[in-house]
Amino acid sequence: MDLKDLYRDVIVDHNRNPRNFGKLDPADAHADGHNPLCGDRLTMYVNLDGERVSDTKFEGAGCAISVASASLLTEAVKGKSRDEIKALFVDVHALLTQHDANVDLSRLGKLAALSGVREFPARVKCASLCWHTLNAALAHADEPVSTE
Amino acid sequence: MSAQFTPSPAADFDVHAIRRDFPILHQQVNGKPLVYLDNAASSQRPSAVIEAISSYYERDHANVHRGVHTLSQRATDAYEGAREVVRNFINAADTKEIVFVRGTTEAINLVAQSYARPKLRPGDEILISGLEHHANIVPWQLVCEQTGATLKVIPIDLNGEIDFAAFERMIGPRTKLLALAHVSNALGTIVPVEKFIARAKQQGVPVLLDGAQGVPHSSVDVRALDCDFYCFSAHKMCGPTGIGILYGRQQLLEAMPPWQGGGDMILTVSFEKTTYNQLPWKFEAGTPNISGAIGLAAAIRYLQSIGMDRIARYEHQLLEYAQSRLRDIPGIRMVGTAPRKAAVVSFTLDRIHPHDIGTILDTEGVAIRTGHHCAMPVMEFFKIPATARASMSFYNTFDEIDALVKALHRTHTLLG
Ligand SMILES: Cc1ncc(COP(=O)(O)O)c(C=O)c1O
Repeated sequence: MDLKDLYRDVIVDHNRNPRNFGKLDPADAHADGHNPLCGDRLTMYVNLDGERVSDTKFEGAGCAISVASASLLTEAVKGKSRDEIKALFVDVHALLTQHDANVDLSRLGKLAALSGVREFPARVKCASLCWHTLNAALAHADEPVSTE
Repeated sequence: MSAQFTPSPAADFDVHAIRRDFPILHQQVNGKPLVYLDNAASSQRPSAVIEAISSYYERDHANVHRGVHTLSQRATDAYEGAREVVRNFINAADTKEIVFVRGTTEAINLVAQSYARPKLRPGDEILISGLEHHANIVPWQLVCEQTGATLKVIPIDLNGEIDFAAFERMIGPRTKLLALAHVSNALGTIVPVEKFIARAKQQGVPVLLDGAQGVPHSSVDVRALDCDFYCFSAHKMCGPTGIGILYGRQQLLEAMPPWQGGGDMILTVSFEKTTYNQLPWKFEAGTPNISGAIGLAAAIRYLQSIGMDRIARYEHQLLEYAQSRLRDIPGIRMVGTAPRKAAVVSFTLDRIHPHDIGTILDTEGVAIRTGHHCAMPVMEFFKIPATARASMSFYNTFDEIDALVKALHRTHTLLG
């Protein structure tokens, strides 16, 4: 187990200076994610242009892995369609959990920096929290708009 | 300009000899010597405890209180002998007052359901404090839901001490029970329970103490404390998991209905009327954790062979050394700064999440706990999601604290 594999420079950088950090206002949808084990909390905001995520931001507090993962996510999904995001999550999840993951790293871009997480099983949830939360936000965007 | 505390371990305290009694401590974790500083979550066991349990299974095991055969008698003698060891350890008046349970959590639930529930009426109040472990919160929430009683929380201050003046304002004719931690697991605060108990007695309010963190680190005398219930777990005091103690004042236990029904807790059973066994077996339905009780007794004998007062003194030196060394870590904030503390240091580092601290320390072989420590209201009070917590035991060394400090400097270099 090498710490430098987990806390790669990209991760440390995105933790220190998270991109797309803050509230998206107005937002088409948002969702809150919480990891009760370590107390990580974050909110993902999305704006949609048809099927595509036109903008996304996040806010919250958490460990370096969860903050960096959320920051990397926002850069990766902007401009992508729902289907493309779904496929990306499948790849990220495989990268986080499987040693023999047959993932095309070139498709992942900077997200590939998260590959060290699989050596630290206790940290997988930190890295995946933002993805689950984004899914929840996208699901909210499907719900009929309330007039209340 | 922090004055450096120089370690001067008591000459009569041979920690290296003590460490030889604990096989688990002598291993490498992630290529580094294990530094076990998660004792408030669970301590480790000396060979004496491991051997007592295996020798019981190798030679004496049978069910207790049931057979005339020799093994059953041996098992019964060992089990009931363990009860006497516990009675003596906490200076209870009678073994009738010593109930074997699964741990602190079960002990508190037993009191909530069997003592409090039949008594409570809407409008009645139970008092706890803001520094409690979930085990001393949720059982009371449940019984309040069941009875319409109200749970009141005595506030704590920024040092992590319970506000005594607020307690004096809150206690009154509606108060039916006061339930307090003896020592806080998240903050290390040693609660001055004596003065809370004295005030509660003036009002005729019975007092339960959650002693999970009290018993392992100092000598406890339930009669001197004058508490009504005292709860603790063996696994935090070098004993096995799955066993703990409810001490209850005999008069109160006598008046309480059984908690669970089954074998062992009865005298006679018929479909018309069942009569219950005497104390303490009235509260011990079913085949008990016999090996656990034997292991707990071995743990107590082991602790007594060192001496609880010497343990407390040495652990206090560890605490002072840890606090003085940790002060130099950049961005550190101590959480829990009461003047009287057990050997627990809870802290946060500026801009570094406790979860990352825990991972980095683990790669250095240093085991600490990170998170909310089953005390989420405490985290909320300090407006933090979590802390890192190093909790020390008498088998830890000053060198291990140096290893902790070094690993924290590494953490700071990596992520600060
Ligand atoms: C103060 C305190 N109370 C109660 C408990 C619960 O003990 P157990 O899990 O052994 O029942 C603990 C242990 O974590 C504790 O530290």
